[in-house]
Amino acid sequence: MENRVVRAKDLMNVSQDPQNNVVLSMRGISKTFPGTKALNNVNFTLRKGEIHALMGENGAGKSTLIKVLTGVYPKDSGQIFVDGIEGEASIHSPQEAQNLGISTVYQEINLCPNLTVAENMFIGRSKGARVQWKSNEKRANEILSNLGIPAQADQELSHCSLAVQQMVAIARAVDMQCKVLILDEPTSSLDDKEVQMLFGLMRDLRDRGVGIIFVTHFLEQVYEVSDRITVLRNGELVGEYLISDLPQVELVARMMGKDLNDLADLEEIGQKKTASEAVVYEAENLSSSDSRPFNFMIREGEINGFTGLLGSGRSESVRAIFGADRVTGGTVKVKGKAVSITKPHEAMKAGIGYLPEDRKRDGIISDLSVRENIILALQVMKGFFHPMSRKETEQFADEYIKALKIKTASQETPVGSLSGGNQQKVILARWLLTHPDYLILDEPTRGIDVGTKLEIQKLVLKLAAEENMSITFISSEIEEMLRTCSRLIVMRDRNIVGELTGDELNQSSVMKTIAGGGQ
Amino acid sequence: MRQKTSIRRKQDLSQLIIPLAALGILVLFNLIRGIVIGDLGFFSITTRVNNDGNTVLAGNLISIIDDASALAIIAMGMTLVTAACGGQDISVGAVGAISGAVFVKVLDAFGLDKISVGSILIGLFAAIAVTIVFTLFNGTLVSVFKIQPMIATLILFSCGRSIAYMITGSATPQLNDKLINAIGKTIPGIPIPTPIFLVVLMALILALIFKVTNLRLYTQTVGINQGAARLNGINPMVIKLLSFVILGVCVSLASMIQVCRLNQLSHKTLLDAIEMDAILAVAIGGNSLGGGKFRLSGTILGAYIILMLTNTLNDMSVKPESIKAYKAIVIIIIVIAGSPAVKQKITAFWKRIHSGSRKVMAGR
Repeated sequence: MENRVVRAKDLMNVSQDPQNNVVLSMRGISKTFPGTKALNNVNFTLRKGEIHALMGENGAGKSTLIKVLTGVYPKDSGQIFVDGIEGEASIHSPQEAQNLGISTVYQEINLCPNLTVAENMFIGRSKGARVQWKSNEKRANEILSNLGIPAQADQELSHCSLAVQQMVAIARAVDMQCKVLILDEPTSSLDDKEVQMLFGLMRDLRDRGVGIIFVTHFLEQVYEVSDRITVLRNGELVGEYLISDLPQVELVARMMGKDLNDLADLEEIGQKKTASEAVVYEAENLSSSDSRPFNFMIREGEINGFTGLLGSGRSESVRAIFGADRVTGGTVKVKGKAVSITKPHEAMKAGIGYLPEDRKRDGIISDLSVRENIILALQVMKGFFHPMSRKETEQFADEYIKALKIKTASQETPVGSLSGGNQQKVILARWLLTHPDYLILDEPTRGIDVGTKLEIQKLVLKLAAEENMSITFISSEIEEMLRTCSRLIVMRDRNIVGELTGDELNQSSVMKTIAGGGQ
Repeated sequence: MRQKTSIRRKQDLSQLIIPLAALGILVLFNLIRGIVIGDLGFFSITTRVNNDGNTVLAGNLISIIDDASALAIIAMGMTLVTAACGGQDISVGAVGAISGAVFVKVLDAFGLDKISVGSILIGLFAAIAVTIVFTLFNGTLVSVFKIQPMIATLILFSCGRSIAYMITGSATPQLNDKLINAIGKTIPGIPIPTPIFLVVLMALILALIFKVTNLRLYTQTVGINQGAARLNGINPMVIKLLSFVILGVCVSLASMIQVCRLNQLSHKTLLDAIEMDAILAVAIGGNSLGGGKFRLSGTILGAYIILMLTNTLNDMSVKPESIKAYKAIVIIIIVIAGSPAVKQKITAFWKRIHSGSRKVMAGR
């Protein structure tokens, strides 16, 4: 209670003297990479006790700004001031940033899964050679309970859910007296309940005076939890806004630098075409090592989707269709003919393409060039003894780089150095190049910017309408699926619990089906 | 179009910068040393008449390239295994001894005094077949049982020479025959040592394989991201096994060269400790020992660098016992210069110079 009073006082001080309240100030930051100006004279201000969303499309400069702040990249010019430090702060390494109280929790959690929660919180922080594990464990438990994190200090980290792992990473940062906490896409692999848990923790930390930089692609989440928004576009500062001053539509417009005509376009193409009667793919009692037996079919030119909470089995089901996991049973018919699909190669030969959920782990071949990544699947289908000529591959790559507007310095750029959205487009190009009859897209829009998301949705609608491609589209954003799919398969606890079409395709009935009857 | 080619060339070169620089420095060092001591004999190439009465080229440079042949061939196979599996086969020396034993055993069966092209070919194919069985044993442990390559190949590393002993017994058969000399030394009428041609032949065969198959793309893909490779229809297990098969062929060929050069088979010393030099050649060649992208030309350069280094030290009358220590020092420098940390700095520096010179040119 006392804390609360002090906080209230602080808050009053804030309004009287806003200058004192600034915990971090970045002035005129510029950073150039070969070929691109990643940041151009960008200002960013973070105040004590606020959640500040950093927004922008892919390539807007969000990650670069954060990497400059945390000392991963040296800045070309500009100054950084941190509360409590006289003059300019010198940050040349993540360690120095840490010492100044700037902590980052990344999208991919960089903790050690096979150590305990306490070990993860204290690793690399002991002063001498001796580590006081006993007292550390006690301290860890104190912090965990203080922050309301549902984990035990002696628990192995890999036994915690992703959300809790993320919270442990945050707890570690908090215990290191951080003044600035950077959360880079913290919610992208969490389900709704876990997101709420994380938001609770974020609000709590805000109330304790921590300045939080929140980087995310989820617009709703920004409005739910943030106090202020800074928008970047093409490496330049667009502006800083109070959340109440910037409606969601305006935010999107600022991020994209244009009106939402694109959204209107989408509605236009979005005349969902009624699929023909011809069934392209049909599975009966299909099961794999990771999924329970299920029935499924898709018609020519149809777009359907699997929906359900994280862990409901939606990804596992499509992996079974593609033969990505070990198929354990069931019969499959492609265009009426019985086929056996037990490995990806067989699925590809049957005319199925699959864009995996985890782009980094299962999708890109990071060191290979954009060109090689684009032609990979087609090349494999042509066979080991039929390599395409260099010229042919260059033409294909060129065609798809243009068609999908992939931003890359050249065809020969390693795909790993592209931004997330462009990497995703490369994998999409890879499968489009094989001209599949049936394309499975698992979370094609995850972790990429609004503009590219719209592009991909439009493309999906176009492929179905103009090329009669059958598409399974999975997204954790239900709106996206409602916009594109004409049939939704709802999963809960690894079982199909419903199928929605026509008028049932609205948010409330999807929610109800996901949640289950009577609850 | 022209711009595209120039980009491609630039990338090719950037991967070879370290081996080329190392080679350049070694040559420069010998040149300066030659000028200082007033004897440029290191670079001189002369002709001499050998024991068989053939006129052959002689000189340090020739013997460096000649001596490096077995190493270069094994290192090529090692490059593929490294790229696909992200690890190295340390049993190549021991398996090479087995291969040599099989080769000589077959020759012996036909009669060591009646060696013919036919018996050599049969011996070589038998050796290749047996060697592939052994490298496939390694390959299976690596690809099917997913054992770390160095651990998996430790088995044959330890027992390979015993197996070779079991094949030939304790004798060290002598092979004094014109045909054997033609393989290990020179063919009458051709002044260049035959092993050099065999390196070129092996490199051409691999280049041809890369041309008519997708082996390079598949190997790199598997080495970089095995899971993604599978989801794109590539069978990583097959690709890894294939790299071990190719290594087996390389080891057999190298083993035959070495047996013919020395005119004898000794299961103890044949290709002794070649595994470490082969791994080194891969590393000096700018290939990642963690798998993925690779360049065979870099590896071959790496093999020549290693031999040139040994030869230079010999030439400086460093005692054979202490050569390894000096070699180690130079190799540390090369490997550090080729490490990702230093490489980044060098490329950045290179780019700055490059853009600088471009500006100067634009100014004109």
